[in-house]
Amino acid sequence: MTKIASKTGEIKDRRDSAPGEERITENELAGGLAGYLLGFGLAILLTIASFLAARTDLIYQPAVVSALVVLAVAQMGVHLVFFLHLTTGPDNTNNILALAFGVLIVALVVLGSIWIMAHLDENMVVMTPHQAGTMP
Amino acid sequence: MTNHAFSSDISPASQTLDPHELGGHAARSATGHGEGGPASKFVTVAYGFWIFLLSDIIMFSALFAAYAVLAKATAGGPTGKDLFEPARVAVQTGLLLTSSFTGGLATLAAYRRSMAATQLWLFVTGLLGAAFLFLEMQEFAVMIGLQAGPSRSAFLSAFFALVGCHGAHVSLGLLWLGTMMAQLWVKGFRADILRRLHCFGLFWHALDIIWVAIFTLVYLLGASS
Amino acid sequence: MTMLGKLDWSAIPFNQPIPLGAALGVFLAAAAMLGWMTVKGYWPYLWREWITSVDHKRIGVMYIVLAMLMLLRGFIDAIMMRTQQVLAIHGPGYLPPEHYDQIFSAHGTIMIFFAAMPFMIGLMNFVVPLQLGIRDVAFPTLNSVSFWLTASGALLVNISLVIGEFARTGWLPYAPLSETTYSPGVGVDYYLWAIQISGVGTLLTGVNLVTTILKMRAPGMGYLRMPMFCWTSLASNLLIVAAFPILTATLAMLTLDRYLGFHFFTNEAGGNQMMFVNLIWAWGHPEVYILVLPAFGIYSEVFSTFSSKPLFGYRSMVAATMFICIVSFMVWLHHFFTMGAGADVNAAFGIATSVIAVGTGVKIYNWLFTMYGGRVRFDTPMLWALAFVTTFTVGGMTGVLLAVPPADFVLHNSLFLVAHFHNVIISGVLFGAFAGFTYWFPKAFGFRLHEGWGKAAFWVTLAGYILVFVPLYIVGLLGMTRRLQHIDMDLWAPWLRVAAFGVLVMIAGAALQITQLLVSIRRRDKLRDETGDPWDGRSLEWSTSSPPPVFNYARLPHVEGEEPYWRIKQRASEEHSPDRGEAYEPIEMPRNSPTGFVTAFFSTLIGFALIWHIWWLAVVGFIGAYATFVIFAWRDHGDYEIPANEVARIDHDHMAARSTLLRSRERPA
Repeated sequence: MTKIASKTGEIKDRRDSAPGEERITENELAGGLAGYLLGFGLAILLTIASFLAARTDLIYQPAVVSALVVLAVAQMGVHLVFFLHLTTGPDNTNNILALAFGVLIVALVVLGSIWIMAHLDENMVVMTPHQAGTMP
Repeated sequence: MTNHAFSSDISPASQTLDPHELGGHAARSATGHGEGGPASKFVTVAYGFWIFLLSDIIMFSALFAAYAVLAKATAGGPTGKDLFEPARVAVQTGLLLTSSFTGGLATLAAYRRSMAATQLWLFVTGLLGAAFLFLEMQEFAVMIGLQAGPSRSAFLSAFFALVGCHGAHVSLGLLWLGTMMAQLWVKGFRADILRRLHCFGLFWHALDIIWVAIFTLVYLLGASS
Repeated sequence: MTMLGKLDWSAIPFNQPIPLGAALGVFLAAAAMLGWMTVKGYWPYLWREWITSVDHKRIGVMYIVLAMLMLLRGFIDAIMMRTQQVLAIHGPGYLPPEHYDQIFSAHGTIMIFFAAMPFMIGLMNFVVPLQLGIRDVAFPTLNSVSFWLTASGALLVNISLVIGEFARTGWLPYAPLSETTYSPGVGVDYYLWAIQISGVGTLLTGVNLVTTILKMRAPGMGYLRMPMFCWTSLASNLLIVAAFPILTATLAMLTLDRYLGFHFFTNEAGGNQMMFVNLIWAWGHPEVYILVLPAFGIYSEVFSTFSSKPLFGYRSMVAATMFICIVSFMVWLHHFFTMGAGADVNAAFGIATSVIAVGTGVKIYNWLFTMYGGRVRFDTPMLWALAFVTTFTVGGMTGVLLAVPPADFVLHNSLFLVAHFHNVIISGVLFGAFAGFTYWFPKAFGFRLHEGWGKAAFWVTLAGYILVFVPLYIVGLLGMTRRLQHIDMDLWAPWLRVAAFGVLVMIAGAALQITQLLVSIRRRDKLRDETGDPWDGRSLEWSTSSPPPVFNYARLPHVEGEEPYWRIKQRASEEHSPDRGEAYEPIEMPRNSPTGFVTAFFSTLIGFALIWHIWWLAVVGFIGAYATFVIFAWRDHGDYEIPANEVARIDHDHMAARSTLLRSRERPA
């Protein structure tokens, strides 16, 4: 029976990690102080890239939205890996599944609402000029 | 294997040093994912908080949906382009990101059981959070001063609700942080306090993730379109 | 008067005899109850054993008591609506429109949030830890907080009966009717704060039970060894965690509109009322499955136990449950097909709605095949389950009919729709609640409910239910819309009279149920069950005594397959001993805590203060709640220890009774 004495003061099962629990040793990329530093650096770079992408003319303008979304998703990934220590290991399965469920619901709510509401807008009764005057 | 006392005790029948189970699933029936009995208190608490955070993020998703739908409903009033100040948002982002980082440093200091370092980094984290909050309140005050408060248009209602909800979370986080720092000071690195510290870390990092979505979808897209 | 915000004497309905009488009645009954308990000196006992208890079994029982009281309250509203519609044929009836509107709003709100939800949550609370073979839920004190927040919400709704008014906007306060322009009174505010407070409680329950099921199972209890009820509870609580935040956000937006002049859903300044409908149903549809999935789990247990067979198609049942869990988030638009989305959107959601019926269909067949070839025993829980399978199928079919957008354009907002959702909620959820109540009652209290009165209650309730809702389907097809305060169509009159007669029969059914409970309590010594296993059960909860000791299991069971208790029984009868011969160990259990009760006290205060714009009181409430939180967080000892010899002593009697049971059940080989 092997138990690992943990940094958080309790003995625990190696097969089951708490969310955010750091199991990676300092030798690995996202471990310890080096991991936080690396994550911090990556996040800064991605943030700068986002702010630049929003203002620059270098990117084909209609693609700016996609660029920003990609950068944001990348940065969230950096946070999850380097700050929240999520891994794809079997000890993290429960945590990843819960996250995946959450992401699915978020996507359904946001994209579903946008889709539905866009349709409702399109099919709305035409407004009188007076009504239109009070709208954008 | 007679030792099945409650909670903070787990007794896997065998332990492999092969975390990815490349060598097969021989020991699975007795270990892992609670099959070896109730998980430790630490895992349970952190997982429960993780589930709560996901529910919180889903709450934000409803606010994001409302913002996305109402973003164009400015009712003839000011638009995001008129109101948003990218420089302020950049500073806010920097503050929150750095506080996420210092929060991580506090966690590392707690692993080392260094009271001074833990308290210092928690304090810095709180300070950065407070600075973020100050800038946000100032922004709100400026906007309300420009007759661009939440009652001006549906767009501004959605904006204030979404960003304000994040700000309310940061405020609650600061209240939590202060209470927890006092508790840590009085009671030391007890197991339950370490669990709370860990949950606070999860909360603070999650707030940063939500902020990434806010500065991208609200501020950057709003200012560029 | 500014001290008390909007509150003054005009809030008491002195000029309306019916609400005033009802209010007075409730007030007197409550005062009599409290007085009686004081005279009898029950308070210390109640405080120690129930109010501050963090035992999941006690909390489960309290949830169910709350649910039953609210079920009666909601039923009274239903009786008033049915009688009004009969008395108001070509006439005014006895309920003026503003009062009638409050009644149907309160009926829906109470039945969903304070009857059906607490009933299901109560059963899950009581049963899930027992079935998983563990000693409590993951967060026992949080569990108590959840319950008391739910009770706080229920209290606010009932206060609205006496002070002020309730919402007149339906059980979902559609904007812009619910905005201050059209609903300036406090009714909608009562609704908002009651639902928000109890919603927090529900969300915390969801977090608690998801964590319990995923992280706290007895040794060896892998996912595919969990009883079906645990699976459906997992799905239901995942839905709570995913859906309730949407409700919270949506109602918060409406609250901001009403309190701070925001424009989410107003007519002015670009607000979008359709967004309210969209968001509220993004919660509202999963809510339906939050209610019905645990009931499906109860039926699974009941069919299997009373057919003396393992559940047919266990794995397909698990798959169907999780399928429903996910797809229930992809159908919400079918609640507003008529709002003007295009054909493609309507078609997509219509198809998704039809597809979800496949999952339910799988379950129906599994239940039927569970009975096939089994030794079916027709005890009361089984009767409820059988009534469910037959009548729910009708409700499901009308649901599939409504899922077809063109049909929905005809039937939308009609009494056909009303009949449909009562058909699924009463057959599905309420019958499930009654089945589960009868099934697990002996586990909770150590004696059975009286079978004769139970069967009488079942048949009368079933008859009344059919008599009420079949006519409503018909008048719906005849064009009657819902929520009518008076009726001018002779065509509908005879059917409404049949429905009103049906309500009389249902009243008799309810009376029989109450009689059953009272008779059972009086004859509890005759109905006593010493074995802990009155139904020849198959899952772990039947392996402990009835009522179970505070720690549930003296030693955590080792699970070696599906239907663990059935295996234990088989093995024990082979070995002629239920005892594994292991030593007892001391058990740590969580201490009682008044945190939940105190938190709920302050949240009731906050809610009431915000409803009446008494801002200082709200601030006091928030400070009190924060102080409670800090005091709880500051305590040093959350657990107490039960010594090993005490555990052995408590377990000894049970083991003796169990040996007798096993000897009596030994069958010739």
